[in-house]
Amino acid sequence: MIGLEHYIIVSSLLFSIGFFGVLLRKNTLVIYMCLELMLNAANLALVAFSRYHGGMGGNVFVFFIITVAAAEVAVGLAIIVALFRKRQTVEVEELNTLKN
Amino acid sequence: MTDVFFYIFSTAALAAGIGVVLSRNTVNGAMFLIGTFLSMAAMFVLLEAYFLAVIQVLVYAGAVMVLFLFIIMLLDVRESAAKKTSVYTWVASFIGLAILIVATVSVVSAESIKTKAAALPEPSGASLKPFGYELFTTYLLPMQVTGFLLLIAMIGVIALSKKLDTDGSAK
Repeated sequence: MIGLEHYIIVSSLLFSIGFFGVLLRKNTLVIYMCLELMLNAANLALVAFSRYHGGMGGNVFVFFIITVAAAEVAVGLAIIVALFRKRQTVEVEELNTLKN
Repeated sequence: MTDVFFYIFSTAALAAGIGVVLSRNTVNGAMFLIGTFLSMAAMFVLLEAYFLAVIQVLVYAGAVMVLFLFIIMLLDVRESAAKKTSVYTWVASFIGLAILIVATVSVVSAESIKTKAAALPEPSGASLKPFGYELFTTYLLPMQVTGFLLLIAMIGVIALSKKLDTDGSAK
């Protein structure tokens, strides 16, 4: 029988995949997609907890996370486009003006 | 039967997630991410959170990924040569992974988390009615704040994507 622990393991595996993507990839757009993956992994854990605990709290929290993530994606992609217009690149290695 | 579906969809989600990280082409990565979101929606269905599964497909696999693909194609980024990742990044990522593994193992091995088949509560998020009730009673303030957040995000995106002159006035 599939229990809560199976969902938590899948969720943490997805989170670590996203985590490694954020750390190891250099393209800002891919980093952003991996961030979305991490948010979604947290959503899966919350829904599973809510299902096995029997309350509405986790479900409502996931609803708010999805709303905030949609707003965050719109703003983040607008920033990436503005950055690309100014610097002609989306590679994090070349966006190091604030370093030093 | 649900066990089989769980294994199918969790494997699909993990495989597509690895595809997002490993694919050199950004468009392929976005397609893999859609696959992950759809498998997650299927897992929401298995958890009997039907409303969230629909929202996941509509908002994530629909709106958010369309926006991503639009920006990827608008920017038309060429794939640059892979640069070496610094040793600090590797150390940091493995420390982070170790912490995550310890946390997961300690949560999963806890006695209180083991579910008994008979003790599974009634699905609370299965229908829309409890959602609406909770959103407009217990979570009324967060609901209002989220509405304002969406408004602010919209204004922010319009301000960011407007071309400005050097003196800051709009063209």
